[in-house]
Amino acid sequence: MQYDTKALLSVRNLRTSFFQDEGTTKAVDGASFDVFPGKTLGIVGESGCGKSVTAQSILRIVDHPGRIVEGEIVLTRADGSQTDLVKLKPNSREIRSIRGGDIGLIFQEPMTSFSPVHTVGAQLIEAVLLHSAVGRREARRRGIEALRSVGIPKPERRIDEYSFELSGGLRQRAMIAVALSCDPRLLIADEPTTALDVTTQAQILDLLRGIQQERGMAIMLITHNLGVVAEMADDVVVMYLGRVVEQGNVDDIFHDPKHPYTKALLQSIPSIESVPRVKLPTISGSIPHPFNRPKGCPFHPRCASSMAGRCDTEDPLLQAVGEGRKASCFLYQ
Amino acid sequence: MTITRAGREKSVLLDVKGLKKYFPIRRGLLQKTVGHVKAVDDVTFFLNRGETLSLVGESGCGKTTTSRCILRAIAPTAGQVLLSDNGEVLDVATVPRSRLRSLRRQMQMIFQDPFSSLNPRMTLLDIVGEPLLVHGEGNAQERADRVVELLRLVGLRPEYMRRYPHAFSGGQRQRIGIARALALNPRLVVADEPVSALDVSVQAQILNLLLELQERLGLTYLFVAHDLSVVKHISERVAVMYVGRIVETAPTEELFASPKHPYTEALLSAVPKPDPRLRSERIILQGEVADPANTPPGCHFHPRCKYAQAVCREKSPVQEEIAPNHFVSCHRATELSLRGVARSIAL
Repeated sequence: MQYDTKALLSVRNLRTSFFQDEGTTKAVDGASFDVFPGKTLGIVGESGCGKSVTAQSILRIVDHPGRIVEGEIVLTRADGSQTDLVKLKPNSREIRSIRGGDIGLIFQEPMTSFSPVHTVGAQLIEAVLLHSAVGRREARRRGIEALRSVGIPKPERRIDEYSFELSGGLRQRAMIAVALSCDPRLLIADEPTTALDVTTQAQILDLLRGIQQERGMAIMLITHNLGVVAEMADDVVVMYLGRVVEQGNVDDIFHDPKHPYTKALLQSIPSIESVPRVKLPTISGSIPHPFNRPKGCPFHPRCASSMAGRCDTEDPLLQAVGEGRKASCFLYQ
Repeated sequence: MTITRAGREKSVLLDVKGLKKYFPIRRGLLQKTVGHVKAVDDVTFFLNRGETLSLVGESGCGKTTTSRCILRAIAPTAGQVLLSDNGEVLDVATVPRSRLRSLRRQMQMIFQDPFSSLNPRMTLLDIVGEPLLVHGEGNAQERADRVVELLRLVGLRPEYMRRYPHAFSGGQRQRIGIARALALNPRLVVADEPVSALDVSVQAQILNLLLELQERLGLTYLFVAHDLSVVKHISERVAVMYVGRIVETAPTEELFASPKHPYTEALLSAVPKPDPRLRSERIILQGEVADPANTPPGCHFHPRCKYAQAVCREKSPVQEEIAPNHFVSCHRATELSLRGVARSIAL
């Protein structure tokens, strides 16, 4: 009963680096956040901010030459026990039962995430067989059920088709069906709608919300689209160059942003509701190259309120700046 | 009526009439044509001098094919693409090949992907200077001077002109692409998804640059995009496409505030708003976009339209001007009251 109110997944001070000949890229550089059961956590940031590597670190599928250097990723399992995923071997039996079992994953590109030489059904049934002790026939029945639950018409027929025979929207639905086939308690969705058109995106977001309400599952939604976050998330984590710069509940983040990066990001997006043909405020410069990380606060070269002698030398810490919200900025420290 | 017509025609730069592009589907040993993909199916619109018209629609609706037909990068199947050139009106769709090159001075293109649209083995000087070379402008020194001028214009430092594209970020590369498009002083610039490959913080920079250049150089933009918030930001008029046809064309504010076509309404409602307090009732379209090789009879949108009636299944709607400059192809355009996007408080 007690762990119900506690976090399902707690990430603490996660550091993941890629060691290459040219230098070391600190893709994730001390990220901390919690995911609560039944809630949606949105992780926003631009390319290179480390949001996808964070997801890969949680599932322990970081590609070579990347490695988790430090930190804890504590998952509360269904029986109430807690497991630190960082301590598991990346190919151990335990992490394999968590991947696809406790935690489901949806990728951005449904076209490349499916094998083109196996039917959708074969890939779906494989997931079921791996994680539950059922026979082939029962697995197929569950597979058809899973396809039906994500709104794929005629699932008995679709299960024997190949991924290239499905449209983009149906393919993403099939991907969600695979991820949900073993009833995960946490679904990590990495840019689930980026490759889709807006009307299809609306269908998929609606589907995810419906499934969440039905099953009470937690969603970790990774995206660069602030509109999608505003529609879906309960809590938001804003990342920049591998760090969490701000976190809080969705209303606070959008209506009272604290960190200068969050503020600038919100102002610089053209909105469907804004007045046309007015100059947008911009963030100067571009995201620094990962080998070329600025000293001090990673955002200070582009920050309008950067304080010389402080922001360019010291590292700001992620600290509480109000009830239930944190920011890493010297303006509040 | 006649006065507005005359006034409009006077300033029209590009007039597209009944444009069609069908791609044949070939099958079998003899490559017999068994059908056609109607990528662009009777598209009509005009573009005034100095304005920005956006073509929006979902993938596969024919917006890119339309823009490529206008530049005659591909030859249209039917229709006219009339471009006014110093008082003379030429049909780009049919002019002999020998005249095409000089005509292309007038119209240039900005591409979507700043990574694949720049040759990695050419320096900035070569890339931006190439249109000048192709059209035989000036000698090497004059061309280099012009490149310096162009790089300054798009906000790049001319010292970098001996470098290769890999040394630049996505936003900077897009600036290079813009400089190349402007090299010949074109009148019409066709921008095909110019910001969709960029990060959000860089998007705003490029959009501002495009607006600024338009003001300074009096450019006319045909802007092809799928992102409605970007479209709203940059355009004066918007044309919405669905399965090869334009369903609605209207001045930007009017289209967003009071759409007249059910597809426009659904499209506007599907865009996620960056404000958690506006989690509204969205219209979720059922089913999928129609296959352009096998289009439904009547209105292409009727299988997904919640307002569809018998007539929509039988007859194709004709484009009608229901308000000044507001064109709609829908049988029920005047009787429906549709929901737009309310102008709300700024963030």
